[in-house]
Amino acid sequence: MSSNKVIVSTTNLSIGYHSKSHHNTIAENLNLSLESGKLIALVGANGIGKSTLLRTLTAIQKPLEGAIFLKEKNIHEYNSVELAQNLSLVLTEKLPPSNLTVFELIALGRQPYTNWLGKLSEDDYKKINNAITLTHVEHLIHKKHYEISDGQLQIVLIARALAQDTPLIILDEPTTHLDLPHKVSVFKLLKKLSKETNKCILFSTHDIDLAIQLSDEMIVMTEVTVVQDQPCNLITKGVFNKLFKDNAISFDGEKGKFVIN
Amino acid sequence: MANVSLGQVNIPLKEVFKSLFGGNVSRETWDYIIINFRLPKAITAILVGIGLSISGLLMQTLFRNPLAGPYVLGLSSGSSLGVAFVILGAGVLPAVASQFLLSSYGIILASCLGSLMVLLLILIVSQRLRDTMSILIVGLMFSSFTSAIVSIFTYFSSAEQLQKYTFWSMGSIGNLSWQNIALLTISILIGLFISLLTLKPLDALLLGENYAKSMGLNIKKTRYLILFATSILAGSITAFAGPIAFIGLAVPHLAKLIFKTSNHKTLFFGTLLIGAIIMLFCDTVSQMPGFEFTLPINAITSIIGAPVVIWLIVRKKSI
Repeated sequence: MSSNKVIVSTTNLSIGYHSKSHHNTIAENLNLSLESGKLIALVGANGIGKSTLLRTLTAIQKPLEGAIFLKEKNIHEYNSVELAQNLSLVLTEKLPPSNLTVFELIALGRQPYTNWLGKLSEDDYKKINNAITLTHVEHLIHKKHYEISDGQLQIVLIARALAQDTPLIILDEPTTHLDLPHKVSVFKLLKKLSKETNKCILFSTHDIDLAIQLSDEMIVMTEVTVVQDQPCNLITKGVFNKLFKDNAISFDGEKGKFVIN
Repeated sequence: MANVSLGQVNIPLKEVFKSLFGGNVSRETWDYIIINFRLPKAITAILVGIGLSISGLLMQTLFRNPLAGPYVLGLSSGSSLGVAFVILGAGVLPAVASQFLLSSYGIILASCLGSLMVLLLILIVSQRLRDTMSILIVGLMFSSFTSAIVSIFTYFSSAEQLQKYTFWSMGSIGNLSWQNIALLTISILIGLFISLLTLKPLDALLLGENYAKSMGLNIKKTRYLILFATSILAGSITAFAGPIAFIGLAVPHLAKLIFKTSNHKTLFFGTLLIGAIIMLFCDTVSQMPGFEFTLPINAITSIIGAPVVIWLIVRKKSI
């Protein structure tokens, strides 16, 4: 296993929205550091600003203050193709209707590398096939993307991100709408990928129990703070108890899961 | 060839070949008809079919909407507005300006600008409305809005202007001189060339704009290219041939159905081919042999196109 290097770091990052009269700051002074080979989960209650943080980290939205460095270069200094060669996404949105086959969908991940007509080179095919093998979707590649189940589609979308061959993959709630076995298989796949490919994988999720068991690090967003640490340390510090304001839910540190009082 | 051969005057297929490839034709009138009427018409049909179909293909992917097309989204009405403005409004303008505007160049320009304007408006609205249905409804609204303005124009214009505009709006591919055909060919070629540049971005857009962006696509640039290409294609065609319905909507679907792919490189050539064939077919139907008259091409494309679309929707339930 190669050593873990820092892929993304933020310095005094403040996130939120600009509006005409005032800044609406969602979180301030974030100093996060995401390393290669690690699976990092982002958790927090609904509406706490997970999406805003992800949007800021993926350069869709500008930070209010501070900076984000992707491989030691400010993320806003990348042009769109360079950024696409370093950062790939898996989103929650529904795909528009089309006749794309699974193979074609995964192959689209090669767009940042192909010429103006999008012709695939031998190297591109190698990367695509590698992504297919890693995610075990060989049996699906000739099907249309609307013919496969939601769980399979999620894995295919992950394969597409893999084919994009970036050191950083960010996934927005990859396990919503999936049942427990599929959630677990997606998590396990992400874990395996972070180890085998030495990529840095960041994902947001509401499945905190699973994230505690499977991720290397977690970023926990509460109204007061944003903490990044290993799951067991977070449990000892009692961070999860502050996650939800609701008194009916509390975190049982020994069992490692939430209980209803 | 069959298209050239059929018409009010029946010319045997063999003679058509002779005429086209420099042989001697048994009757001089036939030669005249072929060179000055049938051939220009066939070429126009091909150009119109290609241009409208490709612009439909681009729009369907850009708007993520299977029902998008130059006619449905009001582009043709936009062109009509531009042309109406020029033909019917020319009297108000100084003589030099109206002279220029009434030339083919002026009409092309007005028509392109008209369709570009509608396309821009629809694009702005579609940024706010994510729902594809609402975009269609907005397109319909634009159509009725522009036709309302056109009718206001007609109210204030002379009978001669009105006649000119009415003839134009009925849609005809038969009245083009060779010079106009050259002009149309150039416009279509420019439009097609720009479309070629958008094939890869269009593939990326199949996953939606956010994914496309994450794969390094410059959305703004792509959007402008597509807008530009579709306005040139739809605008110049509408300028010369009048608003022609359904070709832009139905042909890309046929191509998708026949080639069973979403890959825009395949679809581009498929759409091109099918567009040309269908338009030639419609034109042949419109000038059926044995009839004294030639039907308006717009009626034929609607009669063929509308059922195709209905059949598509019923068959696939969600396209």
